[in-house]
Amino acid sequence: MALSRLSSRSNTFLKPAITALHSPIRRHVSTDTSPITIETAVPFTSHLCESPSRSVETSSEEILAFFRDMARMRRMEIAADSLYKAKLIRGFCHLYDGQEALAVGMEAAITKKDAIITSYRDHCTFIGRGGKLVDAFSELMGRKTGCSHGKGGSMHFYKKDASFYGGHGIVGAQIPLGCGLAFAQKYNKDEAVTFTMYGDGAANQGQLFEALNIAALWDLPAILVCENNHYGMGTATWRSAKSPAYFKRGDYVPGLKVDGMDALAVKQACKFAKEHALKNGPIILEMDTYRYHGHSMSDPGSTYRTRDEISGVRQVRDPIERVRKLLLSHDIATEKELKDMEKEIRKEVDDAVAQAKESPVPDSSELFTNMYVKDCGVESFGADRKDLKVTLP
Amino acid sequence: MSAILQGAGAATALSPFNSIDSNKLVAPSRSSLSVRSKRYIVAGSDGTNNKTFASSSLIARRSDPLIPNAVATKADTAASSTSSKSGHELLLFEALQEGLEEEMDRDPHVCVMGEDVGHYGGSYKVTKGLADKFGDLRVLDTPICENAFTGMGIGAAMTGLRPVIEGMNMGFLLLAFNQISNNCGMLHYTSGGQFTIPVVIRGPGGVGRQLGAEHSQRLESYFQSIPGIQMVACSTPYNAKGLMKAAIRSENPVILFEHVLLYNLKESIPDEDYICNLEEAEMVRPGEHITILTYSRMRYHVMQAAKTLVNKGYDPEVIDIRSLKPFDLHTIGNSVKKTHRVLIVEECMRTGGIGASLTAAINENFHDYLDAPVMCLSSQDVPTPYAGTLEEWTVVQPAQIVTAVEQLCQ
Repeated sequence: MALSRLSSRSNTFLKPAITALHSPIRRHVSTDTSPITIETAVPFTSHLCESPSRSVETSSEEILAFFRDMARMRRMEIAADSLYKAKLIRGFCHLYDGQEALAVGMEAAITKKDAIITSYRDHCTFIGRGGKLVDAFSELMGRKTGCSHGKGGSMHFYKKDASFYGGHGIVGAQIPLGCGLAFAQKYNKDEAVTFTMYGDGAANQGQLFEALNIAALWDLPAILVCENNHYGMGTATWRSAKSPAYFKRGDYVPGLKVDGMDALAVKQACKFAKEHALKNGPIILEMDTYRYHGHSMSDPGSTYRTRDEISGVRQVRDPIERVRKLLLSHDIATEKELKDMEKEIRKEVDDAVAQAKESPVPDSSELFTNMYVKDCGVESFGADRKDLKVTLP
Repeated sequence: MSAILQGAGAATALSPFNSIDSNKLVAPSRSSLSVRSKRYIVAGSDGTNNKTFASSSLIARRSDPLIPNAVATKADTAASSTSSKSGHELLLFEALQEGLEEEMDRDPHVCVMGEDVGHYGGSYKVTKGLADKFGDLRVLDTPICENAFTGMGIGAAMTGLRPVIEGMNMGFLLLAFNQISNNCGMLHYTSGGQFTIPVVIRGPGGVGRQLGAEHSQRLESYFQSIPGIQMVACSTPYNAKGLMKAAIRSENPVILFEHVLLYNLKESIPDEDYICNLEEAEMVRPGEHITILTYSRMRYHVMQAAKTLVNKGYDPEVIDIRSLKPFDLHTIGNSVKKTHRVLIVEECMRTGGIGASLTAAINENFHDYLDAPVMCLSSQDVPTPYAGTLEEWTVVQPAQIVTAVEQLCQ
């Protein structure tokens, strides 16, 4: 990997005494925000637009945050795996491990005013948007304290204050919703964009092309992100798509193909896409990524691909390992510090699981809450307009 | 009383009959909108006890002066219970347009999307002139992709916009069924109340004049099971405008069913601002002998039959149920308790239609009050044929209604 550094090296010699005062994990360099430029390993491929530059501006603090957040997401998914096998999580559980770079890279490029909507593989996107681990685990276990009060489940995580619109079970149905979010942003002149995420399986849905047509016609600030993990449940992309170049399938809509296992490349692409969408309308980002687990917990994930393939990707392309190498080679953290960080995160996740296990289940009166919204106290009159019939509750 | 509503849970949020206190005026509160003042006219029971009040956020005002005769509804208005002597006359599609326009004026978040609603003016002219007045961003001509634009409307609603989504014919909305069922109906619940979906989905449906099977569908029976939505059917210019306005103001997703053959009905409606309660049924003709429940176009067939029945000495009570989901079991129940006989006349198919659900609801809740089994007249379970005579036989005709009443009242 070609590395170029600008300024960080000299900082390692500064103020060693201060390190001792902070907690052993935090070195002074880890909060260094002076810019570092790193080149992405894989170039971008573009369709109908210019590629962004391969040099990504970042900082030590950011790369360390990537590591921490991805490790947290990875641990969360693995904990969810064990909880599912212990039958504390039921139904469907779609895990995101392997794809964490997408969630963290995207967050680094955008604000909380930009909206994200995704499919059912939403646990890590929820955490990326600022969701708490304990809320996620509570929701997975169907407790009252979950982010959807236990009523949504694994596939229905939402966080309105962070503009995270979920969490959708039907493949592809979130795409028109996402274009609707972009429409509202344009209507309200928000200067924000919507990232509508879907998978390689959903890329064959008609509603994608319908929504894309409208988004392009009306110049909506919609960014369609295809998380291409190469398998639509059990069907590989070469068996489901005549043209697996998903970034080109927008035809008249520009597209960009990105190495989705590289958090920095994802950040660069999302930054580029946001600028593009605000000026020129929709753009498609195809993120080349991979999931280690099967489609869901009920899928072993090995009937349609070999274990060698999975371990191969884990060795060569794992997003967390890549960031770890970056941290070590740039001397932002030592091996031991990273291991300690992972231990700390593991404890954090375990604590969240324990706390979630203690939370109460919703009581039966909750069955009927949130069916309808209580309407305002408007009065309305009978058909003969002679007397006040009712005040709407 | 609330237990008799369909589903105990619906009662908690939608119990319109619990607090009927005309002394307690509460202005609507909308946190997402700026305060605007709008005058509502309240009609008193004898036409002279009128109050006007301006709505400002959350302040109940009772001290405004009374304006007599603001609504010149005579207490003894006969025949059509919805006409008033002053006001203005218009056709049903114009009433819908007026309601839509007033709501768009009142609230900048309201927008319309559908095929040919903008420059063309709407295939049934309901949105005529709106694009010129409000611009292309608020009256949006969509391409022909019901799934996508319904989904877009719902997505926009999640952020606080209030789209009115038009299906050019309700039958086309079958293509958007996934969006309506899963996203429109369920998002409020599955997000634990975080998102509200204040959309209105409207369009013409029903059997027209030889439009063919695919353009004569009655979708209310397909949508009625979807949890989380409300369904209303309008039948007169008065309730069309009132329901349109109430639907737009409602925070819940509402499906407003119009009928292709009713767009040119003429009626005089009041000049002032009014809305119709979404969950309430309309008493068309009070009576003693039998309760006839109907909605949309069949109301007119029933009223025609009622003329014959009155000549024959019967006194039918005709109720336009208007609210298809949830049913107004308060009004219906009071009527059943009075007459003890029920006839349902609907345009839905026999199997799984609105009438089927209503029959079940009445039997469940008012069984003790019934002197005869509930009878339900519906359309035949066939695709609507093209030939005029066959099409006539698909739907319920007044003669059949008369026969049914005679049979029930034996």
